[in-house]
Amino acid sequence: MINRTTFIAVSCASLLAGCAGLVSVSDKEVVDTLKASFSERGIAKLDRLDQSELQKACSEYARSDLPKPLREKLEKAALAAVKYPADGKYLGDWKKGEKVAQGGRGLQFTDKPGAANGGNCYACHQLDKKELSYGNIGPSLWNYGKLRGNSEPIMKYTWAKVWNAHAFNACSQMPRFGDASILTQSQLKDVMALLLDPASPVNK
Amino acid sequence: MRTNMIGRVSAFALTAALGMAGISSALAQGKDPTIEAIEKYREMLQDGNPAELMVAKGEELWKQKRGPKNASLEACDIGLGAGVVDGAYARLPRYFADTNEVMDFESRLVHCMVTLQGYKREDVIKKPFSGGGQKATDLEVLTAYAVDASRGVTIAVPQSHQKEIASFKRGEKMFYFRGGPYDFSCATCHAVDGQRIRLQDLPNLTQEGPARRAFATWPAYRVSQGAVRTMQWRLNDCFRQQRFPVLKYGSQASIDLITFLGVNANGGKMDSPAIKR
Repeated sequence: MINRTTFIAVSCASLLAGCAGLVSVSDKEVVDTLKASFSERGIAKLDRLDQSELQKACSEYARSDLPKPLREKLEKAALAAVKYPADGKYLGDWKKGEKVAQGGRGLQFTDKPGAANGGNCYACHQLDKKELSYGNIGPSLWNYGKLRGNSEPIMKYTWAKVWNAHAFNACSQMPRFGDASILTQSQLKDVMALLLDPASPVNK
Repeated sequence: MRTNMIGRVSAFALTAALGMAGISSALAQGKDPTIEAIEKYREMLQDGNPAELMVAKGEELWKQKRGPKNASLEACDIGLGAGVVDGAYARLPRYFADTNEVMDFESRLVHCMVTLQGYKREDVIKKPFSGGGQKATDLEVLTAYAVDASRGVTIAVPQSHQKEIASFKRGEKMFYFRGGPYDFSCATCHAVDGQRIRLQDLPNLTQEGPARRAFATWPAYRVSQGAVRTMQWRLNDCFRQQRFPVLKYGSQASIDLITFLGVNANGGKMDSPAIKR
């Protein structure tokens, strides 16, 4: 063992070669390199590179499962921070919800602050079957409400899922549409209606 | 390919002219402009790559004496020795002893424009990418020329120097780094087979096949933008959609990510400038 270690050290020192195992890169070095490599523009400031606890954990465990206690801790914290609609009404206007689902603008360094953001649901999900241009990173939501009904527990769960998907899947790839203030309460209600209103084309 | 350049460029110009004539007549007949645009698009994808014009311009610019030092780029060492362009792009990023840094092609190009031609770095990188409808930037045409000189060459991004290994390892961690208001990382879109955003296929860049295709086909002429887009542009625009701040041209993170992709792509064959939607 000692001989082999010495041999590797010598060959690395002399050739600067074949020492992949001996080159290590710390998380701090990665973050420092990133911070030096980006510049702020418009609404996109450098603090976007400061990771939350959740972002950090989901980066570290991107290629493996989160340890169970950490996963449960993150999910519990996400669920506890969900803000449900103050007036107790979950469903808005599905027609407006469809517009939110289609729109993709918002929070890019080229976007002006102030204008309403889109939810870009179709980027990752199938919703209304008439829209053929949909992505597949998330599951199909066609007939979402038809399959589940719109009882209080289903509405509450769906609201929380859209508000912060990490509440149910710690390292979900879905943006935190409520928690990160991507959509307003009123837009969230419209998206809820698109998913759950029996009149919505999603449930036809 | 370059010996045949003039003939192919003329053929392309003719096709473009016919395409435009087609659109005017379509409008006169009241055809749906969207359908017409798609037809034009398909036609352009089939009938030649406008990047060939950029390659020709880039070659001319490479050999032209320019800048405060009135020098050409012919003495530029992009990894295979001063003046060697053929095959060099396929072996970048790599470590350069004179700067003691790992550099990708575009960073090395900027370095040569500064050291050989006497330009100021901040001027060279002030506007690296052309806007919609604008003519290609010097960096874009010079990059198109250099990558074309590696067409068909096997991708061989080195991992021998410690700094090359460190660049790969940082790039790998950056690929999985989740941040910003959407919590996205590169891996959100590029680490699973068969995924798409809307109808756009997303290559799984952790797999050899898609990584090779991606590395081999950038830079590319983007038909939808009417411009040659480089690898630095590709990363910059990914980060825009990732809701990150602006990736600086030639920054360490950009080089590290290109190293990560390039090493994953080793063994593939360069086929750039490609033509894309």
